[in-house]
Amino acid sequence: MSAEMALQEQVGASSLRSEDVNVWFGERHVLGGVSLDFQPNQVTALIGPSGCGKSTYLRTLNRMHELIPGAGFAGKVLLDGKDIYGSDIDPVDVRLAIGMVFQKPNPFPTMTIAENVLAGLKLSGRRGYDANELVETSLRRASIWNEVKDRLKDPAISLSGGQQQRLCIARSLAMSPEVILMDEPCSALDPGSTRRIEETIVELSDSMTIVIVTHNMQQAQRVAHNTAFFLAEDGNPGQVVEYGRTEDVFNTPSDSRTNDYVNGHFG
Amino acid sequence: MRRKLMAKPFSWQDKAFFYTVRAAAGSSLVLVALIFAFLLARSLPALQQQGLGFVTGSVWDNSTTPPLFQIGSMLWGSILIAFLGIILAVPMSVAVSYFIVFLAGKRVKAIATTLIDLLAALPSIVIGLWGIAVFAPAGAEWSQLINKYLGWLPFFSSTTNNFLGTPFIAGWIVAVMIVPIISSVTREIFSQMDRELINAALALGGSKASTFLKVILPTASGGIVGGVLLGLGRALGETVAIFFVLNLSFDINWAGVLESRGGSIASMILSKFGEADPKTEIPALLAAGLVLFIVTLLVNSLAAVIVDRAQPWRKI
Repeated sequence: MSAEMALQEQVGASSLRSEDVNVWFGERHVLGGVSLDFQPNQVTALIGPSGCGKSTYLRTLNRMHELIPGAGFAGKVLLDGKDIYGSDIDPVDVRLAIGMVFQKPNPFPTMTIAENVLAGLKLSGRRGYDANELVETSLRRASIWNEVKDRLKDPAISLSGGQQQRLCIARSLAMSPEVILMDEPCSALDPGSTRRIEETIVELSDSMTIVIVTHNMQQAQRVAHNTAFFLAEDGNPGQVVEYGRTEDVFNTPSDSRTNDYVNGHFG
Repeated sequence: MRRKLMAKPFSWQDKAFFYTVRAAAGSSLVLVALIFAFLLARSLPALQQQGLGFVTGSVWDNSTTPPLFQIGSMLWGSILIAFLGIILAVPMSVAVSYFIVFLAGKRVKAIATTLIDLLAALPSIVIGLWGIAVFAPAGAEWSQLINKYLGWLPFFSSTTNNFLGTPFIAGWIVAVMIVPIISSVTREIFSQMDRELINAALALGGSKASTFLKVILPTASGGIVGGVLLGLGRALGETVAIFFVLNLSFDINWAGVLESRGGSIASMILSKFGEADPKTEIPALLAAGLVLFIVTLLVNSLAAVIVDRAQPWRKI
């Protein structure tokens, strides 16, 4: 996996940066001082054992964390230099710019395949788009077009799990986000579907910034330019132990805990 | 050789349990069938005498020979009031359920839920008393306002300027009584909804309102319709509360909800039964009960079909 940093000027991609992010659930401090810099057109993997706060961290990046009752937050998340937690920022606008794909495929069951792709535009009240064209380009980019082009009016949940997840990616792409966050997008899928989604991720990184949480270390090595290793030790809030180019994190980690984790000694 | 496999009870404890449960389940069916048979048998003479006019006509006169007993205006009145009740109750129920499930904090949630369930437990006579003593005067004032500004619409016209005893007021009373039913079903549907769907909608840039309208409501609609029809069953059969607030009239009122006359089969039976002539009038009242029974049965069957059809995606 090459880790060239030369693609920064490409259209559509934005830089995303967190500064000293702390997260609480009620009184419980689950994430402490996470500062990460996500480069445009790069895939960044967040790895770490269960409960280390990586999924929670991901949800602070598009303000989904605050939907949980009792959620607390401190720090900054900067999208192209602008704090998405600023008092003048509508979280809806944040989520329009930063898309998300969830662990479990969650297409809208009452909608057809095509309607699912357009769901975000309907939900956000956007107008003036060419529906047919947008459905096709989005599904193509999520590499599912050929499988569904003749059944766009079928219910979305008639698709297989892997297809549903790619539909969810297409749904997110239809909003032309600058960043896409993926929360273990393949953990509920079979190896074939996983491979196809990984290929999609690599293709998409040409045009956007991607952050992916994964439990699968091979997956991190296959798709991610950079990798951050999260760890919550002995009841302490989760922290980033190591962050760097994926090949360095896996082959020559600077922290012994990273070394133990990537070599399967715990987690 | 192929044989049919069945999970039959084997031990005597299992058998005892199995047959007890089966008897209990069967007895409820038998009960409904017996009530139906009783009503049919006792009302048959009246039905034969009155013919189809029993449900289409609108005269109740014991002094003619043969006497004329027709419940058309009552049947239509029951439907009109139930319909009004539903129109008023559905938005309230859905809003209350949304608030309880998605917006309220733990404490408020518990209090609101208890209060609404309490509303369901209120005896209808109490609601009827509240209706006539407290609500009806207020409702009449609302009616006056509606009539003043929207009176040009045929629904809201008034010939007598008496705004008491109207289907409008009865509809509100019925709405109060079915809000707990519809909202308890809706609450259940909302709280069982897959939160990931809501998260997906929000993550796509949906607002709370658009997420509600475009994702939550369509996904829950089948269940809500089920709750509505359950409420409709109650609304059709409501007796005492309507008896208190409605001016019963055999002069059929098609849609003038602010006119001081209306009908309700159940309330009519209540009002007539005490002084009814056992030979002629009682069978007619039992026949009215039979008609109500059948209408309610139809509504409930319709409920089952609609709930099933409204969620085709559930079957996949």
